[in-house]
Amino acid sequence: MQTDRGSRSAPAPKLGFVRRFGRTERALHWAHATAFFVLLGTGLVLWLPALSIWVGRRSLVKEIHVWTAVAWAAALAVIIVSGDRKGLRADWREIERIDRDDRNWLLGRKAPQGRFNAGQKLNAIVTTAFALLFAASGVLLWLSARESRFRWDGPIVVHDALTLLSLALVLGHLYLALVHPTTRHAFRGMTLGDVRKDWARKHHPKWSDENERQTDV
Amino acid sequence: MNDRLLGRAAFLGILGAGAAGLVWGRNFADLAGRVLPDGVAAILPTKGWRIYTIRGIPTIDPTRFRLRIDGLVEQPLSLSLDDLRELPRAEQMSDHHCVTGWSVKNVQWAGIRFDDLLAEAGPLPEARWLQFFSEEVPYVDTLSLQQASVPDAMLALDMDGKPLTKPHGFPTRVVMPQMYGYKGVKWVSRIHVRRDFVPGYWETHGYDSDAWIGKSNFGFIEGQE
Repeated sequence: MQTDRGSRSAPAPKLGFVRRFGRTERALHWAHATAFFVLLGTGLVLWLPALSIWVGRRSLVKEIHVWTAVAWAAALAVIIVSGDRKGLRADWREIERIDRDDRNWLLGRKAPQGRFNAGQKLNAIVTTAFALLFAASGVLLWLSARESRFRWDGPIVVHDALTLLSLALVLGHLYLALVHPTTRHAFRGMTLGDVRKDWARKHHPKWSDENERQTDV
Repeated sequence: MNDRLLGRAAFLGILGAGAAGLVWGRNFADLAGRVLPDGVAAILPTKGWRIYTIRGIPTIDPTRFRLRIDGLVEQPLSLSLDDLRELPRAEQMSDHHCVTGWSVKNVQWAGIRFDDLLAEAGPLPEARWLQFFSEEVPYVDTLSLQQASVPDAMLALDMDGKPLTKPHGFPTRVVMPQMYGYKGVKWVSRIHVRRDFVPGYWETHGYDSDAWIGKSNFGFIEGQE
């Protein structure tokens, strides 16, 4: 089994550290994150009456929102096509597999976790699905202003609901990545690519065990 | 139990719910207004209205306000709010549709039909278009005289039984329910009667000038027989 996916595209991690995310995974994460915050900011200005009134410049904000969405889709496509597709496929397989340990973990019981814990898996699943739905409803909204046959209530409802749900999701994500003492070390994995071995052993023991076995061979 | 199916089911389940929402979803704002705490609901567009401005809401002193009617008219006019209140009053209930996809049903408007408003000024025979200037510079928009005389078009002074509020265009706004909301210029302070057509603010940003709801893209241009 191959678990150390970063190794093909990056130098070996330094002593005491283990590679958690390769360049493709990190590029995908940060391209998505950057676009998400620009879209969220401009989207809130377009959506919330108080912000719309305060900021004004509606046509400019709208242009930024739409073109950021285009850039987001293009950037993700480029990263996926030119990057480590095999690694991404393996990630997705890993994310979709919610095993008995994951289910126990989600129920609040102590259970050993792999490279992704069950919460991270759910976050990845929800974020991916939301991104696709944001894109679909966004394209329909864009079309509805041009072609009235695309005009029905649904897209704006979905886009609004996704905004609120994503806002909650991203606040939780930011808390765990930046503030919460036991999880914030993961931020290093998503920026530099590697994490401390002892942290991995403690919080992601199943993944850590696999790595140890591999190195021992 | 197949472990992989669980994650896949969650993923497809969310996509399915979202797709259903695309087709059947409605009135989320209404629902959000009911389930969210008051503090959150207060900042969301829960009554259905979303207030769009390009420079911010202008503050207008009602005692100094004048509506100017000029251009191709026999008698240019400058009307105070009291003058406007003395003109024949019309009332209606109509739906408001925004081009960005939201609607507000059963809005009660009261104001003046354009034919009554223009009667005293008297448009000249060559007059074809009414260009509405907002106090929110540079917002302008144009209706043809024909469009402005459809039975449910008016210059509104009241909404839902009260004088217009600032966000809804105090003291006067155009109401054109058969067209998308961007044709309904708010904070109107001047109506310029013209022979030639001039595109409005949003029309210079790619929207149709003949913004009939449900048929904006059929190239319906009244002035070009």
